[in-house]
Parts: sequence; structure tokens; C-alpha cells
Amino acid sequence: MSSAAMADRETQTRLFGFWIFLMSDALIFALLFAIYATMLHATDGGPAGKDLFDIKSTLLQTAVLLLSSFTFAMVSLNLEYRPQRLRYLVAWLAASLALGLAFIALELNDFHTLMAQGATAQRSGFLSAFYALVSTHGLHVAAGCAWLVLLLIQVKVFGLGPVVKRRLQCLALFWHFLDVIWVAIYAVVYLQGLSG
Amino acid sequence: MNDSATVWLSWLGRLDYTALPLYSGVAAAAAALVLLVALSVVVLISVKGWWGYLWREWLTSLDHKRIGIMYVVLALIMLMRGVIEAVMMRAQQAVAINSPGYLPPEHFSQMFSTHGTIMIFFMAMPFLTGLINFVVPLQIGARDVRFPLLNAITLWLTVAGAMLVMASLMLGRFSTGGWSGYPPFTEVDYQPGVGPDYWIWALTLSSIASTLTGLNFAVTIYKDRCPGMILMRMPLFSWTALCTSILMIFAMPPLTVATLLLALDRYLDFHFFTAGHGGNVMNFVNLFWLFGHPEVYILILPAFGVFSEVFATFSGKRLYGYKSLVWASVAITGLSFTVWLHHFFTMGQSAGVNAAFGIATMLIGIPTGVKIYDWMLTLYRGRVRFSVPMLYAAMFLMLFVIGGLTGITLSAPPVDYQVHNTVYLVAHFHNMLIPGTLFGLLAGYTYWFPKAFGFRLNERWGRFAALCFGVGFLLAFMPLYVLGVSGMARRTQAIVNPEFAPLLWVAGAGAALLSLGLTCLYAQLYVSIRQRRRTAVPLGDPWDGRTLEWSTPAPPPPYNFAVLPPIHDRDPCTWLKEHQRISPTDFAAIQLPNNSAMPIILGAAAFVCAFGLVWHIGWAAAGGMLAAWVAVIARSFVRDTHHVISAEALRQAHARHLQQAQQTVAVSRDQEHSPLNHGLAQVQP
Repeated sequence: MSSAAMADRETQTRLFGFWIFLMSDALIFALLFAIYATMLHATDGGPAGKDLFDIKSTLLQTAVLLLSSFTFAMVSLNLEYRPQRLRYLVAWLAASLALGLAFIALELNDFHTLMAQGATAQRSGFLSAFYALVSTHGLHVAAGCAWLVLLLIQVKVFGLGPVVKRRLQCLALFWHFLDVIWVAIYAVVYLQGLSG
Repeated sequence: MNDSATVWLSWLGRLDYTALPLYSGVAAAAAALVLLVALSVVVLISVKGWWGYLWREWLTSLDHKRIGIMYVVLALIMLMRGVIEAVMMRAQQAVAINSPGYLPPEHFSQMFSTHGTIMIFFMAMPFLTGLINFVVPLQIGARDVRFPLLNAITLWLTVAGAMLVMASLMLGRFSTGGWSGYPPFTEVDYQPGVGPDYWIWALTLSSIASTLTGLNFAVTIYKDRCPGMILMRMPLFSWTALCTSILMIFAMPPLTVATLLLALDRYLDFHFFTAGHGGNVMNFVNLFWLFGHPEVYILILPAFGVFSEVFATFSGKRLYGYKSLVWASVAITGLSFTVWLHHFFTMGQSAGVNAAFGIATMLIGIPTGVKIYDWMLTLYRGRVRFSVPMLYAAMFLMLFVIGGLTGITLSAPPVDYQVHNTVYLVAHFHNMLIPGTLFGLLAGYTYWFPKAFGFRLNERWGRFAALCFGVGFLLAFMPLYVLGVSGMARRTQAIVNPEFAPLLWVAGAGAALLSLGLTCLYAQLYVSIRQRRRTAVPLGDPWDGRTLEWSTPAPPPPYNFAVLPPIHDRDPCTWLKEHQRISPTDFAAIQLPNNSAMPIILGAAAFVCAFGLVWHIGWAAAGGMLAAWVAVIARSFVRDTHHVISAEALRQAHARHLQQAQQTVAVSRDQEHSPLNHGLAQVQP
């Protein structure tokens, strides 16, 4: 087997492994969703979703995150078709990072507003489940951002070898996966909460 | 600054001299003993100057075979503690009849909690993971697992979890909430101490490690089989390893979620499982058994795999009903996710729901029954050799059926209502886990030991151990069925019904016999190492094995196969023997992973972090977490991760092996246990 073919096989296998990791991670979110669903009415006399959630802010978060999916798709396209023009790749990566950080900032701002109203995780089972689900996603996004910074450094240090390329492909999967989870959070937590 | 922050920021958190186990003489003695043994091991290694060798060859190794062996070593160490605790509990129940006995209630409760936690997570899981690690790549013709570094990381995370449970013996007390740790009893309101925290972090480490192990093996088996090793030619052990891996990937996350949410309750005052404030205990129960039921199949499937290999090899026959065994394993894997509710029939769901889960539970008896018949038909008209692995297998075949039948009785909700929470249940699951899992693991240990180390285990000590385990199991657990039906509650520290006494004495004698069996097991290891020259099997095929691992020398070289062997048959080693050894000529250089200190550093950091979390020591918790991530990130910058073994070196090594084979006399099966057996099997005409 040629070394290029071997590197390709290695990439395929690693991506397969990463898919399996994502399936396991998806299960964690599924369980948190299930717990959230069972605790919707466990408000212990405290506020429920419709008293708390802000449709504008969460819509903005959704827009920011979905836009970052677009910019990350541009990263993948550049990786595939224009790897020699590193500048573009880095620019799209930086854009994704900025959007990811903006999302986290918006989410933290939301949490801050909620807590100022006394809606802390300690208030009720419902709010415990809410914070656990949404901030598990938020922590994943933060981890994705940290990973992105690390890979920017590695692109700088090593260039775009097969190893760094492979890692960028895994991060792309992770990034889109988090968007899919967010869409579910937006529907199940915020839209359902405000309609109910 | 509030009190809690003051604790987190202080040097030792909640840790002070009251953490020492001075509350009971038994606990103090146990802690002193463990400390003494650990210290003497350290002193011994230092005096002999073995640290360098250990570090280079073992602790930093990424070789799947060495990692597998280290897993089994961990399991054998933890098995000792688990069995000692079992004997102590049996002794307590045998003497505490209308009297307080020698273990106070709180200590007794810690003991059944650590016993279950250790036996499941730090004995059975590492043991089976170790066997899978050692055997599967050899069986499927791979040179290593797919992610060798991850493999070492999962080992050291498991070790960190085990060390945390050991630390609980010396500092503070363990949870008294049982191995399943049901809240609200494990919430701060009822157990404000460190006990449940030890349990939470030990299980969290173990569950994360097992998830990643499952991932690693699933990818290895899907992607790294050698040419010709199609799925339907894969040995049964590798099939059950695949099923177990899939179960690990999907069944461990619920445990991780359960323990972490309980941690949020305990550390940050969340209300997931609290009594009041909207907490919902049933969520924990569902999460736990969503993990817990697949877990019992994680434990039993690899044992089924071992028995499938043992029955075929020691009957000198092809495995009967290969395809049905494969499909039965796959069916069990699927069904195992549909029955978790039978662990809590009595917790208030409707009769309809109970009936549905009861029927689903009974369904599992069908594929398991298929397996039993397949194994019996493998024995049928075989030339059965009652070596140690076969002894375990034969005892398993008989005893496991009893356990299965009592399981069917428990799957009927009306019966379960009568015997739930009694020792009938304890008898049932020990009936599955000892003759099933433990006998399977011990059979596998005996069967593959010569492959791992190049010499056989002593047969006489092995038989004696097997006999002790078999009879000891019967004496220890059959009485519990009777006691359970008579209404004796499980986890009882003192007995008020004197009529239970005689059967409890029998059970106590059984426990003593089981610990004698364990002693024989260690004695066997010692004697075998002393006799290793007489039992050496360098050619690697002492049992006339049928599957691919037996075609390699013992111990196998780091790269497993100089050239990947051709696979034309379901029993590739038998095929190779019948078609004469093919001498490969097309050697090509092999890449192998370099050793790495990162996994053991990561494990140590995880331990420090978890210990800090248990005792509310802020700097340790944060520092450990930080160190772990620094290790991961630093490693991602390492470029020089592989070394190459040249084609010439492979050619020479293979030539040496062939030369040795030519100078060795092949033995018939009658001479299997004689010193003449150097691991070259006579080909059956």
C-alpha cells in the first residue's frame, strides 16, 4: 500500500471512530433531554419556561450557531479543494471561532439574566434539568472552541499535514453535531417552553 | 466568603485526622494491612531495582498484550479484596444471630457497597477488558488495537478509579448506599460524608474508561481484521467482544450521566434526585438500570465467548452451531436494552408495563438456551479433555442453567414481588456472575496464560482451585435461595430469626471454601512461575488450538504476525496445521507505536482530581484536571510516535521460530500436560 493510501485509510478509520464517539455523546444528550422532559413540571412552585425564556436572545444564539456551521463548512471545503491557500482556511476557522465564542457569550448572558430573576439551578428540579442540558451543550461548544484554537496553533506549527487535516475533519464533525443538538434544544426547551 | 468556599480553598479541604479509620478495629487493621502490602511491594521493587524495567516495558507500554495483562493483574488484586469482604460479611451473618456480631451496621453497609462496586467495576470489568485486549487482535489478525494510546489511557483511568476505592479504606468511609447507590439515601441530607463521593468518582472514571474501551474495540474489530477474516469467520470470543464493545458504547453513558447528576446534587445543590424541590428519584433508578442491565451482558458475553473457545478446543472439534451462536449473541445484545425495568418491578409502574418487561426478560432465555444446546452439541462425540478450562466450562454449563431458571422465576412480576430485596435475588445474580462470568474469566485466564507468558499454569493447583470454586459456590449460594424464599432480606447486618442459622452457617462454609479456591489460584501462579522451565511452550500452541492466536509463538512478538496469515476457514490455526505451515517470503516493514508516559500521567492526574473532589480540596481538583488536559494537549504535539521494524528483522525472527519448530517434537493430546509439550501440536490424522 502506498503511503498516501495508508494515510487515507487511517483517516477513514479515525473518522469512523469519531462517529462512534459522537453516537455515544449523542446518547448523553438524549438522556439529558429525557430527564428534562420528565422534569418539565417539577418547578416546585418556582418559575416555568414560559416565565423565563427570551425568544429573541435564543433566536440570535441559533442564528449565530447555524452561521458558524456555514463557516465551518467553508473550512471543510477549503481543506478539501484549496489546502494550499492556508490563508482562506485560517480565516474561515477564525470566523467559526468568533461565532462560537459569541454564542457562548450570549448564552452566559442569558444565564445571568435568569439567575438575576432568582431562576437558579438550585431553585427546582426543572431548572436543574434545564441548566444541566443547556450548559452541557455550552461546555461542548467551549471545548470545540478550545480545540479549534489548538488546531490553529498546530496549523501554524506543522502546516496542513495528514494528522492536522484529520483532526480538523473530526472537529468539523463535532461542530456540526453540536449544531444539530442545539436545534433540538431550541425546539424542545425554548419553543416548547414558550408555547406551554 | 461562605463556609463551603473556605473548605475548598483550604489546603486539605475536609481531610483531617478524623478521616483515619479508627472507628473500628477491623477497618483500622484492614487499612494497615493494605498499606503494609503496598509499601512492601514498593520496597521490593526498589531493592531489586525493577523500576526502570517496569517503567520501560510495562507502565508506559502501548502494546495491547501488555495492557491486557496489566488489566488482569489489576483484576486479580481487586478480586482479593472483594473475596475477603465477602467472607467477612458471610462470617458476620453466621455469627450475628440474635447478637450484634463483630461488624457494626455502618461498617457492614460500607462492605456490601465496596464489595459490589469492586467486583463489578474493578474486578470483572478489568478482567474481561484485559482478556479482550490480549486476545482479540491476535484472533482477528491485527497488529494492535486501532487506538493504542487510547487503550493505555483507559487502563490508567480504570486504575485511578480502583485506587480511589482503595483510598477509601484508609481515608474516610465508603458509601453505605450499595453498589447501585440509590438516592435520596446517597444525597447530602442522608450521607453528608465523603462515602458517596468516593463511589461517584470511582464509577465516573470507570464508566468513561469503559466507554472508550468499547469504542476502541468496536473500531478495531470492524476495521482491522486481516484479509480473509470476514465477520462470519471471526472466532466466537471476538464476536462476543464486539457485542460487549457495542454494549459499552451505549450502556456506559447512562451511568456517567447518573453519577454526574448525583454529583451536581451533592456538590452544587441541584435537585435531580432529592426528596423534594422537584427532584425525581425514579430518574436515577431508570438511568442506573439503563446502564445496569446491559452491564450484566457486558459481563457475561465475553465469558460465553471464552466457553465457546474452550468447548471447541478441549473437545477437539469444530464449534457446533457457529452461526446460531453468533446470532444468539447479537440477539442478546439487542434484547439487553429492553429489560432494564425488571430491576424495579415493585416501584410503582402499572401491571401492563411490568408484564411487558417481564416477557422481554423471559425472551432473553431463548438465545441463551440456544447457546447452551450448541455447547452441549460441541461436546457430543468430541474427545473431551477435562483440563482446567474445561472443568470451569463443565461446571458453568450445569450451574448457569440453574441461575437462568431462577432468573426466569424472577422475571415474573408476581414472583418478584414476593422475593424482591431478599437473598433469593442475591443468590440469583451470584449464580449468574460466579459460574458465568468468574468461571469464564478464570477459564480464559488458564487457557490463554501460556500464550501470554510462554509457559503453562500448574494443572493440579488449577484443578483444586476450580473444585473449591465450584463446591464453594454451591455451598455459599444454594442456601440463599431457600433463605430468600423464607423471607430473609438482603444486606442484613444482624439476624433476628434463629431458624436461618443452619443455612447461614452452610453459606459461611461455602464462602470459606471460595476463599480457599482463591488462595489456590495465587498458589498456582507462584508454583507455575517456579516451574516455568518445565512447562515452557515457546511454540505457542499447547492445546492444539483452532483459532488464529495459537499460530503465533508464545509470548507473541510485539507485532503479533511477521506476515498476516491467510484466512480460508473459520478455524484458521487448524487450517494452517492441516495445510502445513506456510512459510512467508514477502516480509514488509511494520510500524509500531512508541511507548508513552502520557497515559499513566493522565491516570495519576485523574486520581488527584477525583481525590480532590472527594475531599473538597480545591487545588487538587483543579490541578488534577488541568494536568490531565495539559498531558492530552502536549501529546497532540508529539510527532515521533512510531518506530519501524525492518523486513530483515522480521525475516530473521521468523526463521528462528521455524528453526525452533523443526527441532521440537510435536506432541499428541495425551501428552498435553507433560513437560514434553513445548507448544507444537501433533496434527490429527
